[in-house]
Amino acid sequence: MANYDAIVVGAGHNGLTNAAYLARAGLKVLVLEGNPWIGGAAVSREIEKGWMYSNCSYVCSLLRPELFRDLELARHGLQVVPYGGGVTITSTGDVLGNYTDEDVQRREFARHSARDADAYQRYSTDVMRQCKFIRPLLLRTPPDPTSFKPRDIRELIFLGREFMKFGEQFIYDTLRFYSMSIADFLGEYFESDLIKAHLSGSGIIGSAMGVYSPGTAYVLLHHYMGDVDGSIGAWGFARGGMGAVSNAIASAFKSHGGEIITNAPVERVIVKGGRVTGVATANGNEYRAKIVVSNLDPKRTFTKLFDAGDLDPEFVKRARNFKIRGSSGKLNIALDGLPEFPALGKDNPLRFGDMHFLDSLEKMERAYDDWKNGTWSKEPYLDLLIPSMTDPTMAPPGKHFMSVFVQYVPPKIHGRDWTDQDRDGFRDTVLDMIGRYSPNFRSLVRHVEVRTPRELEDEVGLTEGNIFQGELTMDQLLFNRPFPGYAQYRGPVGGFYMCGSGTHPGGGVMAAPGANAAREILHDLRRPNVVPEGWQDD
Amino acid sequence: MTDQNRVIVIGAGHNGLVCAAYLARAGREVLVLEAAGQVGGAAVTREFAPGYRVSACAHICYQLDRSIARELALESHGLKTARANLRTVALATEGDHLVLDQGRLEAGVLPEKDRATLAGYHARMQRFARVLAKQHNRRPPRLGGGDRSDLIAAAMLGLDIRRLGRDSMREFLRIAGINIFDVLEETFESPLLKGALALDAVLGANLGPRSNNSVLTLLHRMSGPAAGVVGGLSLPAGGMGAVSDAIANAARARGVTIRTGTPVARISLAGDRIAGVELENGEKIAAGTVVSNADPARTLLQLLGARHLETGFVHRIRHFRAKGMAAKLHLALDGLPSFARLPSERVGERLVIAPNLDYLEQAFDHAKHGQCSPDPALEITIPSVHDQTLAPAGKHVLSAIVQYAPFDPRASTAGARAALLERTLAVLERYAPGLRRRVVASELLLPADLEREFRITGGHWHHGEIALDQMLMMRPVPGAAQYAMPVNGLYLCGAGCHPGGGVMGAAGRNAANAVLATERAA
Repeated sequence: MANYDAIVVGAGHNGLTNAAYLARAGLKVLVLEGNPWIGGAAVSREIEKGWMYSNCSYVCSLLRPELFRDLELARHGLQVVPYGGGVTITSTGDVLGNYTDEDVQRREFARHSARDADAYQRYSTDVMRQCKFIRPLLLRTPPDPTSFKPRDIRELIFLGREFMKFGEQFIYDTLRFYSMSIADFLGEYFESDLIKAHLSGSGIIGSAMGVYSPGTAYVLLHHYMGDVDGSIGAWGFARGGMGAVSNAIASAFKSHGGEIITNAPVERVIVKGGRVTGVATANGNEYRAKIVVSNLDPKRTFTKLFDAGDLDPEFVKRARNFKIRGSSGKLNIALDGLPEFPALGKDNPLRFGDMHFLDSLEKMERAYDDWKNGTWSKEPYLDLLIPSMTDPTMAPPGKHFMSVFVQYVPPKIHGRDWTDQDRDGFRDTVLDMIGRYSPNFRSLVRHVEVRTPRELEDEVGLTEGNIFQGELTMDQLLFNRPFPGYAQYRGPVGGFYMCGSGTHPGGGVMAAPGANAAREILHDLRRPNVVPEGWQDD
Repeated sequence: MTDQNRVIVIGAGHNGLVCAAYLARAGREVLVLEAAGQVGGAAVTREFAPGYRVSACAHICYQLDRSIARELALESHGLKTARANLRTVALATEGDHLVLDQGRLEAGVLPEKDRATLAGYHARMQRFARVLAKQHNRRPPRLGGGDRSDLIAAAMLGLDIRRLGRDSMREFLRIAGINIFDVLEETFESPLLKGALALDAVLGANLGPRSNNSVLTLLHRMSGPAAGVVGGLSLPAGGMGAVSDAIANAARARGVTIRTGTPVARISLAGDRIAGVELENGEKIAAGTVVSNADPARTLLQLLGARHLETGFVHRIRHFRAKGMAAKLHLALDGLPSFARLPSERVGERLVIAPNLDYLEQAFDHAKHGQCSPDPALEITIPSVHDQTLAPAGKHVLSAIVQYAPFDPRASTAGARAALLERTLAVLERYAPGLRRRVVASELLLPADLEREFRITGGHWHHGEIALDQMLMMRPVPGAAQYAMPVNGLYLCGAGCHPGGGVMGAAGRNAANAVLATERAA
């Protein structure tokens, strides 16, 4: 039986980040991963020979730049390539594109509504101000508002100051922003239904809510607060697929002497006298450590890894009630050539970015209605990208890789489990939809990897296939994430910590939860902090 | 007394009348101008068929502030209760109804787990509602303004939450922003119970049970009873109009002049100050202060005019969400309807039709896409059971809130009205077989009709959605939540201000206090 200072359960990007910092602080750290590969949902795998799929997450923006620099991820092989473009195509062939040149963007909006072109300036400023407010909070541990500890009170005061410093109007804007629906929020700026639909996607990606649901405006922020090379709100591809992020962090971890064992699914956290003493894997091995950190989602962590007797039943109930509804799926497609989109014409630069097929907010909402009624959307929201156009390492020369994020996809079909037949039906719905916008697309399809919530749960381990490890609603944000009273990365058992996206600041390949958890662990061990904290950018 | 000292209150809704009464009590000369032929606004009783009278908009009294009732001596001014503490009956087609007295199951069968949790759930919600209730009679603080009294007020709010104790505070902060669907799903099993409890959270709101914010609307609804109101859920003798009449009597007794049938055309300015109002008949009345009980959009955009206001402010007022979602049904019946296996002495309770959460959510799905629900949820009262003055002897009136009917041009046509009436009667018939044959006359008011009759922009009975971003210091809009509008001498006092709708009277009294405080400062 091997002894370690700390064991991290799950080699997702957060687990690896957490492990890397603990190892850098001098701890002997072991990461145990159930799959034969590392990366969790930030993974690239060669499913079809010659093609590298970003099997789950597919674009990179939220990864905290402080961590990127601090862990020297570039030296460990990570390269993030920004991409431009992005376009919404309507069912009638109309087009609305994204341009980085502000003036071109303005004219593009003006083509649809002169008024909205003006409003877009105001909108961008307002959203950017929200980003500026939230970004310093990402690499900080949320305070417990019910606590009287000096540290919590100090942090609450800090938050209050940050909040007040933007002025009275901002305070109200923020309170409103956090509680509104994306539809209402956009309605305050824009009149064109197409422009609203185009911008609304960021409010629902990964969430089990519709564009009319209050609380979706905040989700938008979650997709805007990242950056690539200092350009806030920009997105990029990790060269070689999203697995490159995990591989670089793993390399950093190993450079500090860390150890990773794959094919070692942890079955149980061993608790003695109210403290963790180690873990047991499914293949019968036991590993000892006084600190165990879970990268798994909170529901899975507390309903699967512990003996019922080791946890308070009330706490288990809370874990069971944790909202982690699956709402999305994914198709990874190997293509024998580049599909044509007649609405865009030839060589249109907009093809380099995210493509959407949308008409109106109402259609978006109806896609959600299907999910509520227990089936995948008949007209789903697609976030479609062809990364191989920007990063040729993803596919053989002349061939292409297409990543299609699909929403909404329910975790169960009319209350029962997914069947292979359902999966094929879902695949065809998506392929048919793309085919309607690209006549030669179907003939180019060589291989399709279909990920419904079933596959995401079975292969990646995300409960219900929820990509954020838990919904981003107010009951599960900041000091409520994952549970009120447990938002500071500590679990209910001594020596047990959480470091996944189910903790503050939530999902997206950000690595902040892993880093924050490491800081708290080092604090408890009374070791000097080696983790960046707060705001070190701009 | 000069004209400058006169206060004009536009609109004799219950809040306008309360405001007038309090201003008069403080020695002001107050003139109330009401467009309709009678006082009351949306708290009014009127005849809808020969011999049949009904509370035409609000139909249950559940939030009237006890201290206002006492200070204005409403009882001695004629307010009587026909029936206090109405029970809620969750109707089931098969007759397995649940009868609820707040958090207590009075009759009906519930799973063991639900019986055990119901009282605790209700007590917890009531504890949270009390946090809101404590704010009702306070002026909401301005945040970031730097004023000492605002800081204190904001601290008080924080303290009220903190006083819940650690566990309750955590639970409050967890659920205050989310939806009733999730809360009920993690608490109860019985679909009927969940449906009935969820209806309270979405009644009148542009929300389905799965919409976030619906816990907050529930807490707002419960905040009146939690603070202790006159008679719990009650039916005033003579309908809701009796409440307004009593307040009007109290106001007159203090010297307030009330002119009905006197619509105001515009609010006039002299420089940057209020000069008075101009009536639709051309008459001009000078006043140094105008308090409007009309909704924010009507007051500021129509009566005052956007050109007198700052653009950003106008923008916010325009986007104040105030689209009604509920219709009102009135039926004249030639006898008491009978509901499957519901004892006749229960027919006079508050009857609700919301058999489960999905039923409600699907009803909402239609409405959010601009259509009336084909199977609406209902809150029904038959007040004539307790009050014989409302219908001829042996006859009855049924009053129901029909949810959902969106304020949307597609759902505001005569055809839509007829279709919703037909669908509502079909739903009622399922629960009360034979009811249709008893219908002598009927009236269905869509939100567009409510807008016309009660002059409420959007036909929303709370003047605007009760939502996290439209309450407290943000109601109606940030920067104007302290009753004083950004024009010297102009105030709002209606449900569009804190603490919002429900026949409460608190907005009226708070506005009166704001007027008096400004003068003291001057």
